[in-house]
Amino acid sequence: MFQNGFSPRRVVVTGMGIACPLGLGVEHVWKRMLAGESGIRAIQSFDTTTLPAKIAGQIPAGVKAEGGLDINEWIPIKDQKKMDRFIQFALVAAEEAVADSGWRPEGEEARCRTGVMIGSGIGGLETIHEAAQLAVQGKIKRISPFFIPSALINLASGQVSIKYGFKGPNHSVVTACATGVHALGDAARLIALGDADVMVAGGAEAAVCELGVAGFCAARALSTGFNDTPATASRPWDENRDGFVMGEGAGVVVLEEYEHAKARGAKIYAEVIGYGMSGDAYHITAPAEGHEGAFRAMKAALASANVTPAEVQYVNAHGTSTPLGDDLELEAVERLWGDAAKGLAMSSTKSAVGHLLGAAGAVEGIFSILAIRDKVAPPTLNLEKPSRESAIDRVAMQAQPRKIDVALSNSFGFGGTNASIVFRAAP
Amino acid sequence: MSETAEKVKKIVVEHLGVEEAKVTPEASFIDDLGADSLDTVELVMAFEEAFGVEIPDDAAEKITTVKDAIEYIEKQKGE
Repeated sequence: MFQNGFSPRRVVVTGMGIACPLGLGVEHVWKRMLAGESGIRAIQSFDTTTLPAKIAGQIPAGVKAEGGLDINEWIPIKDQKKMDRFIQFALVAAEEAVADSGWRPEGEEARCRTGVMIGSGIGGLETIHEAAQLAVQGKIKRISPFFIPSALINLASGQVSIKYGFKGPNHSVVTACATGVHALGDAARLIALGDADVMVAGGAEAAVCELGVAGFCAARALSTGFNDTPATASRPWDENRDGFVMGEGAGVVVLEEYEHAKARGAKIYAEVIGYGMSGDAYHITAPAEGHEGAFRAMKAALASANVTPAEVQYVNAHGTSTPLGDDLELEAVERLWGDAAKGLAMSSTKSAVGHLLGAAGAVEGIFSILAIRDKVAPPTLNLEKPSRESAIDRVAMQAQPRKIDVALSNSFGFGGTNASIVFRAAP
Repeated sequence: MSETAEKVKKIVVEHLGVEEAKVTPEASFIDDLGADSLDTVELVMAFEEAFGVEIPDDAAEKITTVKDAIEYIEKQKGE
């Protein structure tokens, strides 16, 4: 977890929860992902007539028992208006993760050693839009007292802590599309350094709303050429890719100090062994040449994990399906892995769920852990003809059984922020 | 029960998510119906919207029970 030979406490993953376009529940989502299913659909929740992008990955409506979301099953109606949907998604994923971990702190000391670090890229955008409309209509006095606490990004961590009584560090990450990895990595370091024994960490996003789609459309970031065939729109590395597809949801994990987890006989999914960060100092939205910032983040993560590239068998790529970014990331991975590239599997699960922005790194971290657990690389859907050949196996179209003990997951965000995290099979 | 009283009761039930039986005239929003200070602000806004009345902050502070709300609104509406 650290460079320069510092020896910290070890951190393991003992619980996981997902709400994403493939549904609710880690096992349900993972099964669908390995089967090659897509969660990308036409947007139904608002009118897209005047928008060039008309598709997204939205959490399917339905009952809990069938892996769908009916928020009334999770959050009392009177509380729903106090939180934007991104916070609701965080609570749904946290409930699964906390239950999965079996961690129920008893006593004040244990509660104070359990913290929360759930971030979001954008936060309560839809809530802000609605309040702004009241202001424009001259109804400024009608703005709800819950407007601010509903929109604030750190209220995802706040609401989770209030629900469970977790009184340790309460923190939140905001680094655009790198948020999820930063949250997991930073939370792991809080445990490694002794600030907490258990951290509930992750990312949540609900920016598939009129303002969010319009904003990314204006930045020319979204796919617009596959509106009639939504499931084929997210096609990382494919020659016909034309932008990313927005997704919504949340990923939450329970991170725990290794001895703490062992002592209570917790099920351990994986160990967090490395974490690396960098900044591009280059452009507000475009990656630097050769994705050199990503290269440095991955290199730092491997150094902190004390593993060589050859020891990593799977990379969950940032791979958003944008014309520029995909090949630059590929190039950076090839450069770092060198000769070991030919033994590497790298896929982009965004091909199935879209780009969950601030939640992406968290759900993809979970997919990386599951790849280790089940020794299988999830597929890159729609990768029919790569725009660029590579020695790296990009797991086109179908999941592949592979020997995976160590996996790295990448997330890069607007502003030129890069983060990589490394997991190893349970010790 | 007056029309105003019925409507106030309905708003309280919806906004605070409480059982109708608990919304007695004497019930205090905070002590009996589980509201916090933000809930009461929102509740007063809901009354303003539903009855087309203005409830200034100093008056709103004195509305702590269901009965307070009904009486204030009825007075405003000249009922």
